[in-house]
Amino acid sequence: MSVAPKREDYDVVVIGAGPAGLAAAATSAGAGLTTLMLDENIGPGGQVFRAISSTPVTDRNQLGADYWVGADLVQALRASNAEVIHRATVWSLDRNLDIAVSIGGASAFVRAKRVILATGALERPFPIPGWTVPGVMTAGAAQTMLKSSALVPDGRTVIAGQGPLLWLLAAQILRLGGRIDRILDTTGRGNYFAALPHAFAFLTSPYFAKGLSMMREVKAKVQVVSGVTELAAAGDGQLASVSYVAGGKRETIPADLLLLHQGVVPNVNLAMAAGVEHRWDDLQLCWSPVLDASGNSSVAGIAIAGDGAGIGGANAAVVRGRIAARAAVEALAPAVAAKLPAMAALRADLAKAERGRVFLDTLFRPAPQFRIPSGDTIVCRCEEVTAKDVLDSVAIGATGPNQLKAYRRTGMGPCQGRLCGLTVTELMAQARAKTPQEIGYYRLRAPVKPITLAELAAVPKSEADVKAVVRG
Amino acid sequence: MFKRSEQDKRAQVQIFVDGVAVAARQGDTVSAALLASGRDVRRSTAVSGAPRLPYCMMGVCFDCLVTIDGVGNRQGCLVPVAEGMQIEIQKGKREIGR
Repeated sequence: MSVAPKREDYDVVVIGAGPAGLAAAATSAGAGLTTLMLDENIGPGGQVFRAISSTPVTDRNQLGADYWVGADLVQALRASNAEVIHRATVWSLDRNLDIAVSIGGASAFVRAKRVILATGALERPFPIPGWTVPGVMTAGAAQTMLKSSALVPDGRTVIAGQGPLLWLLAAQILRLGGRIDRILDTTGRGNYFAALPHAFAFLTSPYFAKGLSMMREVKAKVQVVSGVTELAAAGDGQLASVSYVAGGKRETIPADLLLLHQGVVPNVNLAMAAGVEHRWDDLQLCWSPVLDASGNSSVAGIAIAGDGAGIGGANAAVVRGRIAARAAVEALAPAVAAKLPAMAALRADLAKAERGRVFLDTLFRPAPQFRIPSGDTIVCRCEEVTAKDVLDSVAIGATGPNQLKAYRRTGMGPCQGRLCGLTVTELMAQARAKTPQEIGYYRLRAPVKPITLAELAAVPKSEADVKAVVRG
Repeated sequence: MFKRSEQDKRAQVQIFVDGVAVAARQGDTVSAALLASGRDVRRSTAVSGAPRLPYCMMGVCFDCLVTIDGVGNRQGCLVPVAEGMQIEIQKGKREIGR
């Protein structure tokens, strides 16, 4: 069953039903603006609150209190008049705020006065040798299966990487009776010192106590190897072993499942394709949109909220959603805006939610060897392009990611650079002794997710459209 | 690689994987049901034919591409299972007309 949007024009279209999108749509619709929420997933929640309305994990302690916060956000959205469509993949957004969305294999078109992009984050690429071997997945993938289907790792399982999600996932797997054989912590030794000056803010953030107790919970049950400086997966058509170096010593352990994680980065494809200006963030090592204090981007009418605006976590995402929606209400229905929480109060909430972020970003800043691969390690999973291929192309004249497409097709597969873009930028920057900002990123265009030619051909055409391409 | 938690009380949904009946659960995505099935559900890539399994499970990596009810290149991690659904493990690129 697929449901097309009820109208052609909306005051506000929110894209993405994660924490930021849920909060934004509820605020906007609650203020009386015609609001459409488009989301690619089966139900609301995004990644952090995935399957919040349908999870079979009914023991609330297992997923934790932070997860169930999502239920209130969904309830607030449902209590509002927002029109919500799931399994709706937005494949185009342009400067006129025209939106093309694929629903059930057919495209619909809507226009908005304001667009709030809440497309969130994805896990940072983790290009180690063997990361394409079946049995290697992201930690987020395992968490998705855990939340939406109560599935937990069963075979010999290794979790490798760093960051808060890694420990949360490990705790959740253990609570649900899953198996973890070893955790390989890749946090760089130097990061602890670098993060120290920022520790005070973190100590006073709500994440501190929770994070500490979760790490204790996991370490009581699983062998944790810290200071891992090299990592590789191996197996002939199926993961067989994971090898790593810690403290200068190499070890190889048999494994059926390797879960990788080294933080999350903004999912920039739709925003970039709409022409939103992005800058390289030297601390978070990713592209972040250039935004004002209300989340407004360089494209008039397009605001970005949530982790797509720069990684801030779920609590910050909710507040950013409210701020972006309030700004939309101020612009479209100023009289109503007065009834909403004041912008100053929201910004104070945001500062509180973002407290300790610099500490986390510094502590869990992934080491170069886990971001910038070498030799036969695959960089572009779709087109199966290795680091050596990229460097060879640089040697014969490829200057940046867009030239590299012509040499190697990197970023031209179905994922459209989502899993290789950051790696390509940093690899080429290093090879050419440039900054990532100078090297740049893929030029992204609609459709930002693949649609069939049949779907495109079925798009309604005006007489002028036909005239533009028909000869004679 | 994965097992179901005993607390999962969702209704069963029967799907077919390369013609063989597989018990999934209401609300599973196709990819989750395939990984839970214990069967060899590796696809092979269009470029080199290398075997792959889903990597991200959130719609960004396209390593879950699968043929669903005769339509190729579907992202199995974004499609919920339905009773009687016919799933084929996609080997190589999508065929013309499918």
